[in-house]
Amino acid sequence: MVNFQPTEEQQLIRASIASFAQERIRPAAHEADETGFIPPPLIQQAWELGIVQNTIPEALGGAGDMPSALTGALICEELAWADLAIALHLLAPRLVIEPVLALGNSAQQQQVLPAYTGATFTAGTAAVMEPRFGFDINELATITTRRNGDVILNGTKCYTPLAAEAQHLLVYARDEGKVAAFLIPRDTPGLVIGEREKNMGLKALATYELILNDCRLPASAQLHGSLSPLLNRSRVALSALAVGVARAAFEYARDYAKERRAFGSAIAQKQAVAFMLAEMAIEIDATRLLTWEAAWKIDSGQDTPHEPVSAATREACLAKNYAANMVLKVTDNAVQILGGHGYIRDHPVELWLRNGRGFATFDGLAMV
Amino acid sequence: MIDFSLSSDITNARTLVHVAAETSMRPLSREYDEREHEKPMEWLTMMWNASKGLVSIGSDRREARSERKPSEKQVRMAVVIEELSWGDAGLYLSIPNPGLGGAAVMAAGTPEQKERFLARFRDGAPKWAAMAITEPGCGSDSAAITTTAVRDGDQWVINGTKIFCTSGLMAVEKSEGFVVVWATVDKSAGRGGIKAFIVDHHTPGMTVAKVENKMGIRASDTAMLVFEDCRIPVENILGSAEVQQSTEGFKGVMATFDATRPIVAASAIGIGRAAVDFVREVLQSEGVEIRYHVPTTKLTTVERDFMDMEANLQAARLLTWRASWMMDQGIQNSLEASMAKAKAGLAVTQVTQKAVELLGPLGYSRKNLVEKWMRDAKINDIFEGTQQINLLIIARRILGYSSKELS
Repeated sequence: MVNFQPTEEQQLIRASIASFAQERIRPAAHEADETGFIPPPLIQQAWELGIVQNTIPEALGGAGDMPSALTGALICEELAWADLAIALHLLAPRLVIEPVLALGNSAQQQQVLPAYTGATFTAGTAAVMEPRFGFDINELATITTRRNGDVILNGTKCYTPLAAEAQHLLVYARDEGKVAAFLIPRDTPGLVIGEREKNMGLKALATYELILNDCRLPASAQLHGSLSPLLNRSRVALSALAVGVARAAFEYARDYAKERRAFGSAIAQKQAVAFMLAEMAIEIDATRLLTWEAAWKIDSGQDTPHEPVSAATREACLAKNYAANMVLKVTDNAVQILGGHGYIRDHPVELWLRNGRGFATFDGLAMV
Repeated sequence: MIDFSLSSDITNARTLVHVAAETSMRPLSREYDEREHEKPMEWLTMMWNASKGLVSIGSDRREARSERKPSEKQVRMAVVIEELSWGDAGLYLSIPNPGLGGAAVMAAGTPEQKERFLARFRDGAPKWAAMAITEPGCGSDSAAITTTAVRDGDQWVINGTKIFCTSGLMAVEKSEGFVVVWATVDKSAGRGGIKAFIVDHHTPGMTVAKVENKMGIRASDTAMLVFEDCRIPVENILGSAEVQQSTEGFKGVMATFDATRPIVAASAIGIGRAAVDFVREVLQSEGVEIRYHVPTTKLTTVERDFMDMEANLQAARLLTWRASWMMDQGIQNSLEASMAKAKAGLAVTQVTQKAVELLGPLGYSRKNLVEKWMRDAKINDIFEGTQQINLLIIARRILGYSSKELS
């Protein structure tokens, strides 16, 4: 039966993340963007919220919570509302935790998961994207070859968050025509973690290029099973993050428009501005609902492989594309409403526009 | 708990209505688009007999029946109406039912008025009710209406001209229906002077002066009503005595729209879905695959457009379900109702126009219904509050402005 209200538990989680986001993350966002550095105490405090490690089974030292794409979406929206770069930093370990939870065998889970149940933030990451035109996760240019039962990886990755400090690294590659994921030890010969990247947005997030040159792994490094559900969880995460960024921009522009006066009244009292804000509000809500629906499809088991794609894949892709367009439009409108002030870095709207532009590009950068 | 599944009750109703829409509405669709001022009376009578409990905004008896379990009445209505409108929006709009006039009586009427005017929709011959707000000189600015109601003993005397009155002909001349007429009792009082009056069918002094020729929804009659010294009983002013003394009367009737906007949105979505379904079938028959999981930079224009259509429509549908669900829960939904209406009206206008474009000669030809759906869709961005009026309402809500502060 149709219901638009999160459970009481989800509401509590959302409220606690929202207050942390507002009180701790948002005040740190501007400086983090300017300096490219997130203060470690902030990262540590966020870690203590337990949002990254709580789905690890009790037997491996975690809280054993059921993974929920919907709960994840609620968390992502609140974190991204405060700052996208910091959100992606905090969530980066999930990029390896969730795939290992979903697809790892017990040896792989033993090998990886306990590292993320400690008292301090532990970085983990996954390398998905590639620096080339026409990037497509289903047709990766990073490829595998097999030799004597081992797997040889070759290719170049980009936008790998926290690669320099990550305890575990998951690499996505094309393997016999399909996308596959491999746990790759940091000291693997041929693996080069490049310079920290410089991007238009996400300046506070340390991302890296990875070069894989004949990296030889045992076959046991591979996670077996369909990655499609994980890709959908990533799409839902990105949609929810986009909603968070857009909401931040909308709220800031709304408040500014009520303060700023021109021609004898607040600019929010002019239809040209008021209608922009109304459309932003509609589109943010619409995208949130599309995102929730995709998350609900994942959580309610509608992600079983189906030709040509599962219901969850269809919804997750539609939501993600819709969100990428929406967040760009909303953040651009926010800059526009602030006019010249929107272009000045003293106000955060230009940062949100720079971050918002990335969603059409991002793939596999977050996981619910 | 967040849940997007429909109850089996609703899915059963949807299946039933879908079959009816496909087998009994689609075959009439083109015919009554071309024969604009004629009515498929046999079909309308069948719908009157079959769907009284399903379509209309409820009368007291139905209210009582739905109180037994957690209400999903509005969500159910949104789903059912999407199906009917998928069948044909013009025919759906002309189904005999209490319509907007009935919704106003439900929202603001006294128990006596509800019984006197809504009970007739339970049986007998097919009936329609209508709402008359718009005038030649004012539309969205409904506080500016010039039609007057003057008290004369135990009667009100109404004078003025109303236009764009959906089912107006059927309500006042072709059945034993009624029309809810907005008129001012005191022009100097502005909005506060505006009250709604229930004028019964065939009341002397009320005439249908014109039935409009329209771009779309041609199966539905849109009437101009002229009131010349039209006398109605004093107790036909809508609402209780206290309501009549204040501006609450206006607000009460405006509240009607909180309930009806999601319904209009649902109807809009039905048209949009008809177009999307048709495009999907054509693409499938031509072997054009929609690759949802492929990055947008690799998609063809057709794939991108089609995915945009689907997402746009689904976004509108979810906003509509949310507004309906809130109403079922008894949560204030003015903002969300307007969001749903604004989004759906625009979305289906865009979706159907894109469908005609994508299908080329197949889309533009009257051999297919796509061009008709494009014409039918456009009204949804206009009636029951234009796109712009809904944006205004939304803007006031999100900014915390009164109508004076943001006009």
